Amino acid sequence: MQGNRVIGEAAIRAGCRFYAGYPITPQNELTEYMADNMRRAKGGTFIQAESEIAAINMVLGAAAAGARAMTSSSSPGISLKQEGISSLAADELPAVIVNIMRGGPGLGNILPSQGDYFQATRGGGHGDYRTIVLAPASVQELADLTMDAFDLADRYRNPVLILADGMMGQMMEPVEFSDPSSRQYPECYILKGKGKGKSKFIRGLILDAIRMEEHNWKLYRKYQVITQKEVRFETFWTDDAEILIVAYGTAARIAKGAIKRSREMGIPVGLIRPITLWPFPMEVIRSFAERVENFLVFEMNTGQMVEDVQLALGGIGKVQFYGRPGGVIPTPAELAKVIAYQARKK
Amino acid sequence: MKKVFSRPKSLKNTAFHYCGGCGHSIAHRLIAESIDELDIQDRIIGVPPAGCAVIAYNYFDIDMLESPHGRGCAVATGIKRVLPDRVVFSYQGDGDLAAIGTAETFHAANRGENITVIFINNAVYGMTGGQMAPTTLLGQVSTTTPPGRSALLDGHPVHFSEILGQLPGTMYVERCAVNTPANVMKAKKAVKKAFQYQMDNVGFSLIEILSQCPTNWKMSPVEACRWVNEVMMKEYPLGIIKDSKR
Repeated sequence: MQGNRVIGEAAIRAGCRFYAGYPITPQNELTEYMADNMRRAKGGTFIQAESEIAAINMVLGAAAAGARAMTSSSSPGISLKQEGISSLAADELPAVIVNIMRGGPGLGNILPSQGDYFQATRGGGHGDYRTIVLAPASVQELADLTMDAFDLADRYRNPVLILADGMMGQMMEPVEFSDPSSRQYPECYILKGKGKGKSKFIRGLILDAIRMEEHNWKLYRKYQVITQKEVRFETFWTDDAEILIVAYGTAARIAKGAIKRSREMGIPVGLIRPITLWPFPMEVIRSFAERVENFLVFEMNTGQMVEDVQLALGGIGKVQFYGRPGGVIPTPAELAKVIAYQARKK
Repeated sequence: MKKVFSRPKSLKNTAFHYCGGCGHSIAHRLIAESIDELDIQDRIIGVPPAGCAVIAYNYFDIDMLESPHGRGCAVATGIKRVLPDRVVFSYQGDGDLAAIGTAETFHAANRGENITVIFINNAVYGMTGGQMAPTTLLGQVSTTTPPGRSALLDGHPVHFSEILGQLPGTMYVERCAVNTPANVMKAKKAVKKAFQYQMDNVGFSLIEILSQCPTNWKMSPVEACRWVNEVMMKEYPLGIIKDSKR
């Protein structure tokens, strides 16, 4: 099944009942899948919105009204959604946002890229907030992480971003869908008319500085809990590794191929693959630095996650970077050459 | 003694922050009275805008969800689609609705979303201090049109209600005012009718309310009410623009 469609199917199985989107390549199959299948789900709504801005704001309304809600786009469209993502974070509303990244900046192109790492992991919009960022590296993981994304969004009442790229969205692989967990979202946060109780309002505007500060610290404390509890990563061939590659998503798949080649040549290289880009696996990377000196960060951009790796290492070890921006998909052979060069230099 | 006038149940016991002579507080009251009379306080959800009415949730005793600037109709669409048996309205100013929120408003109407929009037209950006709005009249002085709005440089006053009236998805559009007791009564009737239409699943409705802004117009409240009659209504005539049930 194709990656984009898998996200749609996983979302519906996870209980997503509201989807609004706007066409943009390379994620159109997801929007089309939702158009085809959302109506199949009882109470499901699909809207082709007039813009990315409208789509995310529809999601804001739907999330407040108690639906599991999702929108998707690709890089330029995600820029447009930032106003709404910031509002979702401010209002503490759960939603899932899918970014099937393409080359940038500007309109860029429609090829796979990882240029949106900074935007995704630093909140993306205005104000002091974070979104949980999940980075799948296979179609199976697209399914699993999409389902998890809805649970995480509910648990922390926070927007969750699925950060994949055109390669992930377009590729086809076999997939098995797991059973969804039942939704645990407290009724008290849902806006549905006051009924017989007290009226509620959901807002991000807090004019009083002290109360706004309190709200910021409250969000901060929530982010601290997420940082402690939700870090996910995979390690690959790290036991005897003397060089560690750090890569995520499509780049991590390429890295695995390159590592197999390098191992055949006798180079002891392994991989740390962050699955959550925020929270970032700082501790894990730091702990590897106790016995590994050489880190090679590999991204399909000019160097973004490399800054987090440097931050994690805090000056210990040597951090090299190899990147191909602009929609270029490097081959495992190409990366294997880079690894071989690093091994000789070492 | 018989009580003949009281605060609507759907308004909290909170003093409005609006300036003296401002039309917002009248519009709020009309909405609250309509909610009470239709007995929908328990199942109505409001979407206040960015603008002077941004803290409307401090006044209405109903569930409310703040919208980012201009996105009221998109936010209301999301709520209404999830909760089709609730009554959902957005409350938006002229800048919010007819400038930054043009696309959201236009397309919600075009989709025929079964929501109600209360559109407050005071021909300026009020909260930010009196800049030119899309509805500012030609020749009208604002902080960003100091010599008066020029068609050549600043464009023309936007007649958004008439534009929406052209769309097949729009079911009811009426322009009202709150500058005289008679106009207030008519506006109340329109607001209530718009909610009733939504309850009857008729579809998208919008009530434009010409609203006085003495502070930014630099007039006394009385002068402002007169200006609505003598100047604003010439550009924006009152009346039903579209009513699909008539």
